[in-house]
Amino acid sequence: MKKATIQLETLTCPSCLLKIENATKNLQGVQKESVQVLFNSSKVKLSFDEKTIALEKIEQAITTLGYIVKKSQARAM
Amino acid sequence: MQKYILARKNTIAAVSALLIILGFTSALGFHNERLAMWSLALASVLGVAPIAIQAYQALRVKVVSIDVLVTIAVAGAFVIRNFEESAIVTFLFLFGAFLEQRTLQKTRSAIKELTEMAPESAWKQQEDGTFGEVAIDEVAVGDILLVKTGAKVPVDGLVQSGDGYINEASITGEAVPVGKQKNSHVFAGTILENGTIQIVAERVGEDTTFGRIIELVEEAQDSKSETQRFIDRFSLYYTPLVLILSLLVWLVSRNLELAITILVLGCPGALVIGVPVSNVAGIGNGARHGVLLKGSEVIHDFSKVDTIVFDKTGTLTMGNPSVADTVYYTTEKEKTAAYLVSVELESDHPLANAIVEKLGNIDTYTVGKTDVAPGGGIVAMVEGKRVVVGNVTLMEEEQVAISDQVQKDIVRLEKQGNSLVLIAFDGEAKALFGIRDQVRPNVKSHLQRLKKLGVKHLVVLSGDNQGTVDLVARQLGLTEAYGHMLPEDKAAYIKKLQEEGRIIAFVGDGVNDSPSLALAQIGIAMGSGTDVAIETSDVVLMSSDLSRLPLALGLSKAILANMRQNIAIAVGVVLVLLASVFFSEWMNMSIGMLVHEASILVVILNGMRLLRYRLRRAR
Repeated sequence: MKKATIQLETLTCPSCLLKIENATKNLQGVQKESVQVLFNSSKVKLSFDEKTIALEKIEQAITTLGYIVKKSQARAM
Repeated sequence: MQKYILARKNTIAAVSALLIILGFTSALGFHNERLAMWSLALASVLGVAPIAIQAYQALRVKVVSIDVLVTIAVAGAFVIRNFEESAIVTFLFLFGAFLEQRTLQKTRSAIKELTEMAPESAWKQQEDGTFGEVAIDEVAVGDILLVKTGAKVPVDGLVQSGDGYINEASITGEAVPVGKQKNSHVFAGTILENGTIQIVAERVGEDTTFGRIIELVEEAQDSKSETQRFIDRFSLYYTPLVLILSLLVWLVSRNLELAITILVLGCPGALVIGVPVSNVAGIGNGARHGVLLKGSEVIHDFSKVDTIVFDKTGTLTMGNPSVADTVYYTTEKEKTAAYLVSVELESDHPLANAIVEKLGNIDTYTVGKTDVAPGGGIVAMVEGKRVVVGNVTLMEEEQVAISDQVQKDIVRLEKQGNSLVLIAFDGEAKALFGIRDQVRPNVKSHLQRLKKLGVKHLVVLSGDNQGTVDLVARQLGLTEAYGHMLPEDKAAYIKKLQEEGRIIAFVGDGVNDSPSLALAQIGIAMGSGTDVAIETSDVVLMSSDLSRLPLALGLSKAILANMRQNIAIAVGVVLVLLASVFFSEWMNMSIGMLVHEASILVVILNGMRLLRYRLRRAR
């Protein structure tokens, strides 16, 4: 398991949170309860199983929603 | 394609603005209805594209977002061929989003400034002993790093060699530079103002005090209070509800225009954004001034506090005894002082340290035959004389002559709460020192401000004896003061107060009072860099004096008031809009959207006032 912090461009609408949350939660390999979308710091924090899903795939799920990923990093838990 | 459109939202807004102007001038100025219609229709289609894409994406993840409402409304306006309205509504929505993004960035600026203080590179010792610049990620615990004048300290570490002055404002909020020598601890993100030091890395990256502060602040800003969770849940069902309502209106009245107007008016924008905006601006302001408020729940509770309990006298006083009064009974002052320091240097008793610190640099004599009388003092030989240094009991035992004058001074100093040290040789007392733990500068005015902010009870619970505690309480105007308290007594006392219905903030350093810190509604940790305190408390004051406490309380109150204003504005606007659509003639989609976007900007601007919040000086 790894812990990812994904920095997005400034989030402006609180409903964006819901969208990102739902989109990432439903990815295979992402731990559902760990998903945290921080509105003010415009960050997504989540734990994922690196054997099932690559960090790039998670980023992709977010960018297809129309949000720009600025930076991301994953740390071993 | 989708991404292409979304990334150009702002350009689209500008183009559709131009088209709208073209449309209206050709309609009103040249009576060219055809051109007007076409340019407005084009503006609508362009404008609705990014909104529709967002709506589609929201629906795909099962969210009925504002975009969905607006897209349907615009589509409806198209159906009834009201291109004016559809063009203006889409433009306002896009332009509003642009302004929101800009202003929101402002409210978050305080935190951004803070994160930008994070160091990015370090001078690391290579294998050949020279120093080379590396990215901060490459620094590991145990590395030896060089910090030059003007540079940021890259990690938390221990000074190995060199000395200098460091500005620790990013950690403590205090701008006065702190001197650092060998074995001093230094913190990441602080700035070496002069000197050069070499440090060993002890904690790196997110584990540094600075890294943790940033993480805590970020989490605090996004932590949700009960109210906010309610609003979130509410808006989750609210948007679908608006959709259903407008559908019902359409089915009943067969008036499509009315139905789509309701869609636009019902947007919950200001309501969902109002509370987070107050939060982020307020917490950001605090973080910049050395006050860490951990989330909106804390702010809510803290602003209602009526009792503040201090963990020990040391929080209000300097914490270490110092010489407060000196009386000599001899003309040989210098010799007496020199004897005294010579003897006291033999001891590491706190009272001895206080005297050495006070009298400082002085020529000392060789001391022989030192004999420590436990609980009394020291007897030693200096220059062949028997020198007695200690308290009154020791003087009596050594049969030192105490004159009436000395006796009077002893009584006076004891009354003021001093511990006494006498020095005697040649059989008589030569000098008397009153030593006590002195009240910290300005504490009184800080406490006064707390009272002004509505705190009714100021209590100190201390392990010291009751006499000392009473003295401090009298000096500072505390309402209650209890001595001889063990940590469990303190916890029990807090419980008792809580049962009386009081809301309590407990101020401590978090070292041995964690039960009380946890028990009180608000645990306030003081002092910089203590990990336990930062983790367990609700509020962290980064400086070691009390100056931040009134700011923390005042700020909490201001944030809470600001949130309430924002909720009132948001709810008020929606109610007025919905009422006017049914009871007035002038309401339409465009005005609705304008008012709606304006209300969002108003709550953001209102939140931004918190960035400038400063406590007014108490007079």
